Amino acid sequence: MDIPSGYVRQPAEQRRRQPRPDYGGGPTPLFDDTSSPSDPATYQGQQQGQGPFYGGMGGQQILSDPMANMAMQYGSSLATQGKDVMEKHIDRFISISKLKYYFAVDTTYVGKKLMLLLFPYMHSNWSIRYNKEEPVAPRYEINAPDLYIPVMAFVTYILVAGYCLGTQNSFSPELLGMQASSALVWLILEIVVITMAMYILSVATDIKTFDLLAFCGYKYVGMIGVLLGGMLFGSMGYYLALAWCSASMFFFLLRTLRLVILPDASHDMANSGGNKSRTYLVLAIAVLQPIFMCWLTRHLLPSQN
Amino acid sequence: MALGLYSLIEAALLCVNAIAVLNEERFLSKVGWATDTVSGFGEQPGMKSQIINLIRSVRMVMRIPLIIVNTITIVLLLLFG
Repeated sequence: MDIPSGYVRQPAEQRRRQPRPDYGGGPTPLFDDTSSPSDPATYQGQQQGQGPFYGGMGGQQILSDPMANMAMQYGSSLATQGKDVMEKHIDRFISISKLKYYFAVDTTYVGKKLMLLLFPYMHSNWSIRYNKEEPVAPRYEINAPDLYIPVMAFVTYILVAGYCLGTQNSFSPELLGMQASSALVWLILEIVVITMAMYILSVATDIKTFDLLAFCGYKYVGMIGVLLGGMLFGSMGYYLALAWCSASMFFFLLRTLRLVILPDASHDMANSGGNKSRTYLVLAIAVLQPIFMCWLTRHLLPSQN
Repeated sequence: MALGLYSLIEAALLCVNAIAVLNEERFLSKVGWATDTVSGFGEQPGMKSQIINLIRSVRMVMRIPLIIVNTITIVLLLLFG
């Protein structure tokens, strides 16, 4: 094999590979560069992939000459710069740092929250213990909204819907995409309508768009339960599961939104006008969820019962 | 219902177009939704003035982008059906 020539080449390779992890001294690289100089075994493998220039085995032709190597370095630095520019631009619209709080969950939180979504009648304390300025990570407070459960529930719903269609022998891969975009469109429409209703009724609340997205996304958990009930127990199971999950979601949203949208006694006069509108808004949001749950799962039922 | 993202975009475009063609002096004054009658500094803005403000701001802000987006959409629909 190439072991003698490999050892001779090693210092030259080492000097040439050293500047690679350092992209101008500023931004961090996109990946962990595992070509550490202290590991001769990796060097052997990489040198053997050099191609005809070093007379190696020619296994990987990626680093076949220094030109391609330089091009790769340039491409990596471009990618890092592009990532920085994109982060700076996206930060104006979506605010990634706040988004991170919604995904800071752990297993106990997810378990308790799922139990709460399906059986909220025993929970007594619905208020969120935090100060209004800084957002609270959900893993410390069970009543805080998160975006992890809605995202995972959405993906699971699409997969379960595909399975439902498969048991009726009407599955095709395009249908999965259509289900996904259809559910997403209804979600976007719902959030747009609720946001516009909040603006028109001039209800100035603390609720942010991501919180609203989280609350509207919790219904996918119920929809998964409804679909499973419908598949396992037929039409009767579907309606039972739909009734149960609708009632749970209605109760959950009512209790949660009552504390967020309706003002408590400590607010002053400026916010207490329009209490009726706020109550109607909470009711409307809570009623919309079972309607959507029914609408988005009806066409997936097995139709022969 | 097989909605897709393109249908949503088209529907949104049509709705914004519909808001943009509501002419101020030919139509809204006749109905009683003119903007110069609701400039009071009341305590609560009220539902009607919010809607009037929304219509006016949509018409003012979205005029130029709507021209561009409509042209692109028409060309794309002509080319790709």
